[in-house]
Amino acid sequence: MLSHLPVLQVILPLLGAPACLILGRGKLAWLFALLISALSFCIAAMLLHTVYHQGVISYALGGWQAPWGIEYRIDLLNAWLLLIVSGSSTVALLAAQSSIDVEIAPEKQTIFFVAWLLCLAGLLGILATGDAFNVFVFLEVSSLSTYTLISLGPKRESLWAAFRYLIMGTIGATFILIGIGLMYIMTGTLNMQDLAQRLPLASDSSTVFTAYAFIIVGISLKLALFPLHLWLPNAYTHAPSIVTTFLAASATKVALYLMIRFTYTVFPSHFSQIDIPLEEIFIVLGITGVISASIAAIYQADVKRAIAYSSVAQVGYMVVGLGIGGVLGLQATLLHVFNHALMKATLFMALAAIACRIGVTTLTSMQGLGRKMPWTSFGFVVGGLSIIGVPLTAGFISKWYLVSAAALSDRWLLVLLIMIGSLLAIVYIWRVVEALYFKPAADSTPLKEAPLAMLLALWLLVFGNIYFGIDTRLPVSISAEAAIALQEGRP
Amino acid sequence: MSAPNMLIDAAIFTPLIAVVGILAFARMPNLREAVSILAGLALLLINIELYNSFNEGQSLTRHWVDIVPGLSLSFRIDALGMLFSLVASVLWPVTTLYAIGYMRGHKEDNQTRFYVCFAVAIAAVMAIAYAENLFTLFVFYEVLSLCTYPLVTHAGTEKAKQGGRIYLGILMGTSVAFFLPAIIVTWLVAGTLDFQAGGVFPEQTGIALLSVLLVLYVFGVAKAAVMPFHRWLPAAMVAPTPVSALLHAVAVVKAGVFSLVKILVFIFGLDTLQQIPATDYLLYLAGAGVVLASLVALRQDNLKARLAYSTVSQLGYITVGALLAVESGVVGSAMHIATHAVGKITLFFCAGAILVASHKSNISEMAGLGRRMPITMIAFFIASLSIIGLPPTAGTWSKWWLLTATLETDQLVLMAVLLLSSLLNIAYLLPIPLRAFFPSEPQTDGPIAIKEAPTASLIALCITAGACILLFFFPNPLFELVSQIFTEGSQ
Repeated sequence: MLSHLPVLQVILPLLGAPACLILGRGKLAWLFALLISALSFCIAAMLLHTVYHQGVISYALGGWQAPWGIEYRIDLLNAWLLLIVSGSSTVALLAAQSSIDVEIAPEKQTIFFVAWLLCLAGLLGILATGDAFNVFVFLEVSSLSTYTLISLGPKRESLWAAFRYLIMGTIGATFILIGIGLMYIMTGTLNMQDLAQRLPLASDSSTVFTAYAFIIVGISLKLALFPLHLWLPNAYTHAPSIVTTFLAASATKVALYLMIRFTYTVFPSHFSQIDIPLEEIFIVLGITGVISASIAAIYQADVKRAIAYSSVAQVGYMVVGLGIGGVLGLQATLLHVFNHALMKATLFMALAAIACRIGVTTLTSMQGLGRKMPWTSFGFVVGGLSIIGVPLTAGFISKWYLVSAAALSDRWLLVLLIMIGSLLAIVYIWRVVEALYFKPAADSTPLKEAPLAMLLALWLLVFGNIYFGIDTRLPVSISAEAAIALQEGRP
Repeated sequence: MSAPNMLIDAAIFTPLIAVVGILAFARMPNLREAVSILAGLALLLINIELYNSFNEGQSLTRHWVDIVPGLSLSFRIDALGMLFSLVASVLWPVTTLYAIGYMRGHKEDNQTRFYVCFAVAIAAVMAIAYAENLFTLFVFYEVLSLCTYPLVTHAGTEKAKQGGRIYLGILMGTSVAFFLPAIIVTWLVAGTLDFQAGGVFPEQTGIALLSVLLVLYVFGVAKAAVMPFHRWLPAAMVAPTPVSALLHAVAVVKAGVFSLVKILVFIFGLDTLQQIPATDYLLYLAGAGVVLASLVALRQDNLKARLAYSTVSQLGYITVGALLAVESGVVGSAMHIATHAVGKITLFFCAGAILVASHKSNISEMAGLGRRMPITMIAFFIASLSIIGLPPTAGTWSKWWLLTATLETDQLVLMAVLLLSSLLNIAYLLPIPLRAFFPSEPQTDGPIAIKEAPTASLIALCITAGACILLFFFPNPLFELVSQIFTEGSQ
């Protein structure tokens, strides 16, 4: 049983989805989805524990050995991501029923949970598999279900946002598929370990070069890296609130994982260092994304949209870390993947709670909520402090490592720009804090505090933000080991 | 862990426990204020106990948690910190006493929030005073900025919000833009953030880098109100007077200069400081600030605004003293932290007493007030003498040491600057009590009979005015403590 954990990680939600359909509408589907997600989380935790202590797990699907069969390969990097994705899904699902009761018609709720589980299965599949084509398959599974989830949003704009995302997402996925196809032509294998061994032999060919370019651009699209980020603010703004919470904490992280996997494990290192100045490109695009998206966030009237722009900015930080490279840069990125999942989930969860009570999340409608919904508002503030990078919150830790990495590589301008990014974050968070606490309420109708399940989920996240800002042993040690392993394993 | 070390925790947590009590008795004002006073007295006792242990030569340290290896929240008591915490904890209960009279006399709203934020601010001050390293200091420096913001905007008017925005904008902005990067660079260069006798930088550190760092620190610690980043202090005067008195004449600004002195002495070290060319320029900048702020103070008709600019000027003395980079200068600075504190808090108490009793805030309206409020005006006179630096008041000693230091370093220009500023002090402070007692034109009795301020406030301002005189005749404990700044470090 234990040896089958890598595949169970994916199969469980994949089989859970149709089972959920059979269970029918109502609370039962929700409880079932929650159970499946929580089990996935437990499996991810066990996997991480095993990998951390015993090293990489390789699992041959159906007993067919790689490179003929499909290999599931769990190392520290994807075990870490598996934990983050299944964890954020579980916490979001905890609050999901209360949120969709307001936002989604009862007859569509079952579909919602089916799509959710499929999306979870897709994301976990991308992470767990060691096979390049399998990555594409799961990418499509997660993407299609994500489009469904977004289009379930309460307003008509959701359809439009889902459609835009569908177009962009499909282009991205197609690019990745073309890249994988070209690699297959040149090497005759789809297994990532195999590819890593054979690609250096063919690295002079322009075909491999083209494959590389297609894959990087395709992933950048899914990652919402500036300037390919335009789908993201729309999708996040118009999706059902709780879906945004889940996606913001997981979807872009998975795309980032693919970026790391392909640039570090699959392709030869001189590709990103010599043939294409990818490191410089990452730094420039990343920091431009940080600054421009943060500025855009300042001018949004809808807080949900502002925080969505902030997500683009945070992706920028992660890519900057990747661009700086080395163990420290990678570690900064991996830390930020985790910490950002925590803080963005907190912010969107608080917004979901607010949307649940007042229906909208515009800045003016949130005036005076500090008194009416004190627990929710305070949760938002903690998430905001974390985004800014205030010490004793998780956000500080990732900023600290990122700035250290930038400074140790003598990129002082970058240090300055990262600091400016933090200052901009103060501005867009402060606008909300001011509305919550220091502006009079538009009307004096009393409001109830958010539903208990949402508050519970929110405060779990708030606690996580503070806990991992003080006791950083777990994320720091895992990200350090993972970064070292990646750096050493570079072909 | 020995008992005295636990006292460090006790000092930081006592005000926080008071917060719980204040919230619990939110609807019973008498009990609520009793909690504040009791906590103040308890904190004072704790600090006296710490002072005794410190004098016995015990090493008092407390380690909370390692955030990242080498980066910890930890505390260690040294002479400077002891001085600062004693000053703050002596003045806290006195200010609470004063606040009870003032807040009730003025019928302020939201008094519970007021006392809560006040107590949190004191806890932050304790933590700053005891901080063992720059990181701990920075964390609580930010806490202090945040928890005093609601106090500045207490009135809730548009003007108060405007003031609050400037307040937080400058304090947070400079700390993120200058202070934090300086800390990070220090960490990268020196490998430690612990305060150490003689500084932390290795010998071969470049002068240019040190210069940049010094500038970043001096401007980054904007709480020290070095021009041109002093604007927040006059802006903060919209706060209720007890806040202006304890926080913006003692706790917050002194936290600023305290941090600065600590950084200059224990991060740079006096020897290093003397070699940095930027020190001289900053010295002249601070000197110019001393005179300019005095000149601006001369032109203010609003009493609190005048006192605010006077504070900016007096903080300049402390900065100058530390930047002179000789022991006598640092001794003068440290003594000025204490003597200016008792003097300026008295002045603010008087300003508030006048406001409550006569509803007058402009100096031009105060002529002839002496006959109606003799005690207040006599206290004002004594405190003015102390700020100017005339016997028989405490200010004499600190100015004496500062002038000695300028002579010792042959900075005759600076000596002239300090003397000129003292003359200006006379010009903007003494006319107020003099005109109050000897109006140039006979006063007619107005329709409102003006009486002395509420008794609680009067007692408070008599205590602090008495302290001004007491410290002149018995400066020894103060001086002995201050002179340990250097001896204790060399052990």
